[in-house]
Amino acid sequence: MKAMNETRCEVLVLGIGNLLWADEGFGVRCAEKLAAEWQLPESVTVMDGGTQGLYLLPYVQAARRLIVFDAIDYGLPPGTMKRVEGDQVPRFMGAKKMSLHQTGFQEVIAASSLTGQLPEQLLLIGVQPEELDDYGGSLRPVVKARLAEAVAMAVAQLRDWGFAIEPRESKVGAGDTALTMAAYEAGRPSAEAASRIGDARFLRA
Amino acid sequence: MGAYETQGFKLDNSGKRVVVDPICRIEGHLRVEVNLDKDNVIRNAVSTGTMWRGLEVILKGRDPRDAWAFTERICGVCTGTHALTSVRAVEDALSIKIPENANTIRNIMQLNLYVHDHLVHFYHLHALDWVDVVSALKADPKKTSELAQSISDWPLSSPGYFRDLQNRLKKFIESGQLGPFANAYWGNPAYKLPPEANLMAVAHYLEALDFQKEIVKVHTIFGGKNPHPNWLVGGVPCAINVHDTGAVGAINMERLNLVKSIIDRSKEFVEKVYIPDLLAIASFYKGWLYGGGLSSQAIMSYGDIPERANDYTTGNLLLPRGAIIGGKLDKIHEVDLKDPEQIQEFVSHSWYKYADESKGLHPFDGVTDPNYKPEGPNFKGTRTRIENLDESAKYSWIKAPRWRGNAMEVGPLSRMVLGYLQPKQFPMIKDTIDGVLKKLDVPLTALFSTLGRTAARGIETLYCADLQVKQFDKLVAAIKAGDTATANVEKWEPSTWPKEAKGAGFTEAPRGALGHWIKIKDTKIDNYQCVVPTTWNGSPRDAKGQIGAYEASLMNTPLAKADEPLEILRTLHSFDPCLACSTHVMSPDGQEMTSVKVR
Repeated sequence: MKAMNETRCEVLVLGIGNLLWADEGFGVRCAEKLAAEWQLPESVTVMDGGTQGLYLLPYVQAARRLIVFDAIDYGLPPGTMKRVEGDQVPRFMGAKKMSLHQTGFQEVIAASSLTGQLPEQLLLIGVQPEELDDYGGSLRPVVKARLAEAVAMAVAQLRDWGFAIEPRESKVGAGDTALTMAAYEAGRPSAEAASRIGDARFLRA
Repeated sequence: MGAYETQGFKLDNSGKRVVVDPICRIEGHLRVEVNLDKDNVIRNAVSTGTMWRGLEVILKGRDPRDAWAFTERICGVCTGTHALTSVRAVEDALSIKIPENANTIRNIMQLNLYVHDHLVHFYHLHALDWVDVVSALKADPKKTSELAQSISDWPLSSPGYFRDLQNRLKKFIESGQLGPFANAYWGNPAYKLPPEANLMAVAHYLEALDFQKEIVKVHTIFGGKNPHPNWLVGGVPCAINVHDTGAVGAINMERLNLVKSIIDRSKEFVEKVYIPDLLAIASFYKGWLYGGGLSSQAIMSYGDIPERANDYTTGNLLLPRGAIIGGKLDKIHEVDLKDPEQIQEFVSHSWYKYADESKGLHPFDGVTDPNYKPEGPNFKGTRTRIENLDESAKYSWIKAPRWRGNAMEVGPLSRMVLGYLQPKQFPMIKDTIDGVLKKLDVPLTALFSTLGRTAARGIETLYCADLQVKQFDKLVAAIKAGDTATANVEKWEPSTWPKEAKGAGFTEAPRGALGHWIKIKDTKIDNYQCVVPTTWNGSPRDAKGQIGAYEASLMNTPLAKADEPLEILRTLHSFDPCLACSTHVMSPDGQEMTSVKVR
């Protein structure tokens, strides 16, 4: 993924979430996959936004169009994909919480709007997560199986907006090497080596 | 446990219980339960982390040179400072010396983080605990302009400017998407500012929103990318090439000039907007000096910003290191992260198991053996749905760290008090604090409060903005003298490492003392422990029944309304709890994520 400066950008594709918390990493993994497999023009920036919340504001404000990948709790069966557009996006970002840092991306959208710099077009590509409370874990199979579809939705949207984009002939690395999905999954210590019995999923009745 | 006394506080859990959950999402969600007496005064406070995590679970067996990238993801706010702490721990373990310029650049990045984080905290996390946005709609723009001009010569202060802003705000609120202003207790009697001060503060809230994005560019320049900059064991991952104008990534004069301009403008914004606002807001809350908690008796800082590279001794640190205990301000104790007698974590009230829970363990020998058992005679609920915790039993996923057996407060207030007490080494801290106290006409003891914590953060921002200029000048002088080294890769290859090694890395994160302890065995991570600022401040009770800093800070605070815990939020926010580190799943219907229950 390339570094982006804050000058005007045609399209920002942002993957958000915390890759240390299982399906919460969906957005970041989508961005990783898109950057690794697709040849994108200079005017399209793909960014791993992590859980940076307000730190992402300048990039969102600078973007004319915004695509966001994220895990979203729609109350649907795990792995269900949902595409939300335009005015509908803020409605999905209205969760009532305590603070800006905590609320994260919803507030970035609100702050962009408040400062009159909301991107003209918004697309939210979300998946219903299955498991979030598995620290150090990766995507669950039912969610991982949706990565290709999520990336395809973004590609279709980019083409729809008139960007000529083509698949790369060979994949390229993207993001922090140690954190790419394969390295992250392969390097996870076994449950015996590093106890996981405190995970909330094991505590459930 | 009933009523008892500890650290000068009388705890009594007999009154009605108020539950606020979650306050934020740390390395575990934060939940608070308090008991109120008949006058709605807090007589017992219980703070708990409700979610488990253990970094060792992720890092064991991985390459120590990669640890920073993982630790950077622990928290959405302290990314850079976790990464810095991690590379310092690895460098300490492997005795890696970094070049002078690498140290200076790390200092600039760390100071930059302070200025950014404190500014964002004040305006975007904390201000709305003091500023009533809805009241701002009633302000007279002309009077607002007069107020603004009376406290600062900041140019954006005309009646027209405030009128436009008020209209924009009105439109925004009327549109129904309150966004950042959605969840608050507007109109609560605990808000004390007149409408004009509220409008001025909201204007600066928006200006800060715009300005903060300038500040972080420094991280992109030195860290190569944002929002997750690169770090490097042995130095910094950026080359210096002043004669080159076109090289991608290298630090050249053009980039240095950009850094200089950002640093200068940051300093100006702090001097002309942040500090005047802080003083103006504080002047209306001088009578509200609750929330001091442990700050007058037990504070600690690891110190940070080494003047010379590779010297982490107290005398070389530009942010003070030390500990005060028992309220004895005339005795500053040395703090040593590797002394097994000093920093220890206890679990008698935490959901972990030790062989002997009357004793604490130093992080090098840290054990993370979960033992989730919410229980006790006053516990209500089930394992997965807690209604009321019982603080006489285990009640938190946060361990209880202690310094020589004492619960400590960490953060800007601790650092600034330690600086104030050593005026020879830190004259600017002493002078700034004296100036603020004089301006507000309050005694030194006023510092030991929620407002004091908030003021200390502002004072520290000013100090750091100034230090940043000095560190930048130092970097430029070194480069002009021909020193362009930024990394030492002598011990990059694991074949050069000893079979076993251990080390500790520290920083002062914006919100307090941060330590990482690493054990390396056969070139892989064998154990990795972090004790984060929020573990210190959010600590539960220990075997002696001593309460943690959050708990202490809530004691004896009156609530204007029991079902609107504005004062609780105000005090906890003053610590800048580390947030956004775990999940932030969006929900479709704006469903309430925070609940307040009065029982």
